[in-house]
Amino acid sequence: MSINKVVASADEAIKDIPDGATIMFGGFGLCGLPENCIAALVKKGTTNLTCISNNAGVDDFGIGLMLHKKQVKKMIASYVGENAEFERQLLSGELEVELIPQGTLATRCLIAGYGIPFVPVLAGVGTEVAIGKETLSRNGKEYLIEEAFDASFAIVKAWKGDTMGNLIFKDTARNFNPLMAMAGKITIAEVEELVQPGELDPNMIHTPGIYVHRIFQGSHYEKRIEQRTVRKAN
Amino acid sequence: MGLTKEQIAQRISKELKDGYYVNLGIGIPTLVANYIPEGINVVLQSENGLLGMGPFPEEGKEDADLINAGKQTITTLPGSAIFDSAMSFGMIRAGKVHLTVLGAMEVADNGDIANWKIPNKMVKGMGGAMDLVAAAKNIIVAMQHTNPKGESKLLAQCSLPLTGIKCVTKVVTDLGVFEITPEGFKCVEHAPDVSIEEIKAKTAGRLVIAQDLKPVAI
Repeated sequence: MSINKVVASADEAIKDIPDGATIMFGGFGLCGLPENCIAALVKKGTTNLTCISNNAGVDDFGIGLMLHKKQVKKMIASYVGENAEFERQLLSGELEVELIPQGTLATRCLIAGYGIPFVPVLAGVGTEVAIGKETLSRNGKEYLIEEAFDASFAIVKAWKGDTMGNLIFKDTARNFNPLMAMAGKITIAEVEELVQPGELDPNMIHTPGIYVHRIFQGSHYEKRIEQRTVRKAN
Repeated sequence: MGLTKEQIAQRISKELKDGYYVNLGIGIPTLVANYIPEGINVVLQSENGLLGMGPFPEEGKEDADLINAGKQTITTLPGSAIFDSAMSFGMIRAGKVHLTVLGAMEVADNGDIANWKIPNKMVKGMGGAMDLVAAAKNIIVAMQHTNPKGESKLLAQCSLPLTGIKCVTKVVTDLGVFEITPEGFKCVEHAPDVSIEEIKAKTAGRLVIAQDLKPVAI
């Protein structure tokens, strides 16, 4: 017997996420997004959310779907362009936004998963990102103190996973997913292919199942492409 | 007439050395990949988690799971490696990436750079720019020398919110090549048909002209 973390569906996986929760979402642009859980959150109408994600989706895809339903109170991200509804809500004051340098965003997830409470970073020193932040000097250099994220939930998307929660990501759909998987108090993973323990090579696991609390096989992935760039066939 | 965007990219490509790991930003910097000199092998880093970025895929072979930091569909190459965003910025922070090329709205003569925010306009975010400029040892800025109003983008002090402080090493514009030195912008090369007088007139920051000033070789 092995620990079984499988839940029946996206609805089941997100059903106890309360209004006002802080949720991390894996993905970069539209790549590697937990599409099924986002759809379930939109359907359930969970509201007043603080979302931590590198981007905020586009108008009709990704976190943009939740913005459209006014479910998001605050967005914590590094880049939020390409989204007209986001811009409207931001300018009208309906939406709060905190912008964080991308490497700092990734590192604050990483240290949460590594049990390190804070870390000194150079990014943002001397800029408005540094305003109100504690600093530290070492060997003539000044660093900003950046804290580990503290999020109740993390929702990630993997390529393959097993029932014990071990995950493997594909190509650049990896991005923030393994980092956010480590950082959530409760981590939900949706995977394209769910397999039995033993079917994944232990040497190839990107996220060990200890970091994952719920897992299910998603369906109907649209995997939208934001910038389709091609060359002529040779 | 100064250098075209392609010629700026071509000039920057001469900074590439064999074995370099390079991060190219969006815009003119991306074009540098088209002019990698023969016999020079470089690996392109994309900060969303890829070393060994290949060309755009052939039509019909686009894969939504394989994009660059500009969210464009791309390909991998033999020897490519994929990793997460923390490792990606880890290798940048640790100084493993030899050269970063990025665009800018303003550069100051002490190497300060502003390229992420215009106050009172929609703010899209800094993405990875602040991490890159804080960490990279060799940062080349590729940009037009003046803004659309004709005002110098090479300043004594940036007027826009900063992305990073004292970090730029070199600026390549349509008018020439400028090193950041304690004396300010040092013009080491000028666009073939651009005069020193024009460069002086269009540079607001401190400017010195190199003794061995030469035309940009295209």
